[in-house]
Amino acid sequence: MTADIAADSLLAAPDATGRFGDFGGRFVPETLVPACQELESAFVEAWADPEFRRELADVHRQYSGRPSIMTECHNLGARLGVRVILKREDLNHTGSHKINNVIGQALLAKRMGKTRIVADTGAGQHGVASATAAALMGLDCKVYMGAVDVERQALNVFRMKLLGADVESVESGSRTLKDAVNEAMRHWVANVGDTYFCLGSVVGPHPYPYMVRQFQSIIGEEAHAQIHEMTGALPDVVVACVGGGSNAMGIFAGFVDEPTTRLVGVEPAGGAAIGRGVPGVVHGMRSNLMQDEVGQVEEAVSISAGLDYPGVGPEHSYLAQIGRAEYPSVTDDEVVEAFHLLSRTEGIIPALESAHAVAWLTRESAQLQGQTVLLNMSGRGDKDVAQMMDILDGRI
Amino acid sequence: MDDQVRSLEAALRAKRAAGRKLLVPYITGGYPGWQDAIRACAANGADAVEIGIPFSDPVMDGPVIQAASQAALEGGIVPSKILDEVPNLDVDIPLAVMTYYNLVHHPGPERFAANLQRAGIAAAILPDLPLEESGPWCAAADAAGIETIMLAAPTAPDERLPRIAARARGFLYSVGLLGVTGERASLAETATDLAARLKAITDLPVLVGVGVSDAAQAYQATRVADGVIQGASVVRRLMESGPDAVGDYVAEVRAAIDAD
Ligand SMILES: Cc1ncc(COP(=O)(O)O)c(C=O)c1O
Repeated sequence: MTADIAADSLLAAPDATGRFGDFGGRFVPETLVPACQELESAFVEAWADPEFRRELADVHRQYSGRPSIMTECHNLGARLGVRVILKREDLNHTGSHKINNVIGQALLAKRMGKTRIVADTGAGQHGVASATAAALMGLDCKVYMGAVDVERQALNVFRMKLLGADVESVESGSRTLKDAVNEAMRHWVANVGDTYFCLGSVVGPHPYPYMVRQFQSIIGEEAHAQIHEMTGALPDVVVACVGGGSNAMGIFAGFVDEPTTRLVGVEPAGGAAIGRGVPGVVHGMRSNLMQDEVGQVEEAVSISAGLDYPGVGPEHSYLAQIGRAEYPSVTDDEVVEAFHLLSRTEGIIPALESAHAVAWLTRESAQLQGQTVLLNMSGRGDKDVAQMMDILDGRI
Repeated sequence: MDDQVRSLEAALRAKRAAGRKLLVPYITGGYPGWQDAIRACAANGADAVEIGIPFSDPVMDGPVIQAASQAALEGGIVPSKILDEVPNLDVDIPLAVMTYYNLVHHPGPERFAANLQRAGIAAAILPDLPLEESGPWCAAADAAGIETIMLAAPTAPDERLPRIAARARGFLYSVGLLGVTGERASLAETATDLAARLKAITDLPVLVGVGVSDAAQAYQATRVADGVIQGASVVRRLMESGPDAVGDYVAEVRAAIDAD
């Protein structure tokens, strides 16, 4: 594991107010301010403690299955005229990158003496990872999930219950991830003494965007070394899907200081916080946000529950503002095509979220001829198979 | 309205000096009947009213106020429609707004403060804007003569409370419990504990809100605090029975807190 961040890295720690440039901060009810401060010092102290880092690395190695491998997609590559290499976060225990963050936060929760964790979830991947880590570490776990997502991700709901978590369906607002985060925050306000809020992405009040990025940066660290070994060079492009932005920040972390590598975060057309949003404040942070003309938060609409989020992590807003990363979007139809394409050309069924990155790659392949593209396969598609059965039935 | 009435803090201090306990009901702006509900509050002994400007993601609110906000939003309410109505309310007590920071951030603090000032609003409460983030809003509010009511919570260490009090105008909002707005069966111990801690460090009026759910609890809270804010218990009556029921309830609470 590394390594402290070089002083001149673009991947700096946020400033004392928790900001990356103008983005971030800590816009929370007064009740939560001391808890956020306590969390910030606990994280900074743990992260600097070799013992904590060793413990984290051990769990990654012996439980999550790290390091995750890299897979070159020869068939897809030949078809597109692009060298395509996948970072296989889909092979992690529980099926996505979410476990990287959750193991870190659960270890931290224990170190802080908390006995319960509360989590938000969209697709259910973060909820499953949280329930898993809670089972492993003997913590109680409650997961809030929007009612719409409870329905479209029924399999993950059952997995969480099987793992011993208590799943609460959220009926307020748009009944998706945004509202699950609201409800988890309300629960935290009421139970801040013994409960640890295990946020699922690089969003929320400081220190979450920073802390979750650090926990996910293992993706980029490994990939940087692995791609060098495979190709002898840096990739031309690193691409990842962006909901809150944690898998993207995790892989970008390894390449943000490599000026020759293009960083691409792919948003869903119906949840394009950077593409269509303007700065706003929700969920404790100032960042790009889809909102109406008076500032009410708009509902995201995406085929993928994990990307159905109107906001985005503040560090992405910052990377977009300084021009270091770009944030195109793809449509649901393009995603369905990409899901199908990767499955049949490579024998890898991607999560619908990760299929957004594949969709961008296939759409833009004419501009990428001869280049090497490193794509973060953030999760596997098992959870989406029932939903895709309805959509693709008759075509297969 | 003269300046004495327009300044929330001056009005509350004067009433406190006269030996009166303070009662501030909350009404969700834009919910059907909201204007009459505010008039009913004023006619039945409220010392000020807090008007909620509904926001899509109210993280400090429980189910009742969430439902009222959502209904108002579905009815097409926008902040300007609420503020446009304020001059027509014709009540002789100061009015505050409570909303979430994005509705301030979106137009910008200066424009939002000017909009409040033009509508005749005296003060503002922004429950997701803690001390550390309050600079830009407070500067704009101070310049426009809008009083910023700060919240203090039971989780705050002692050293934090005087800093919050120093930045508060109007009154100091003493959060009654660990949790969001909503009715509870009894008054939490934290309510009187925090109010006592705040009374020891500030001369500002200290009002307990969040979880003060009926007349008896209001009485209990005002044995320590200068007054109470009543939210969910008022809004539930508005939703179930309309503005007259709000008036009856405010009168009941008034009578309870006036008893020795
Ligand atoms: C497989 C997968 N990828 C991506 C995401 C989106 O989250 P983030 O943008 O934080 O990586 C999710 C969220 O549920 C997910 O399950």
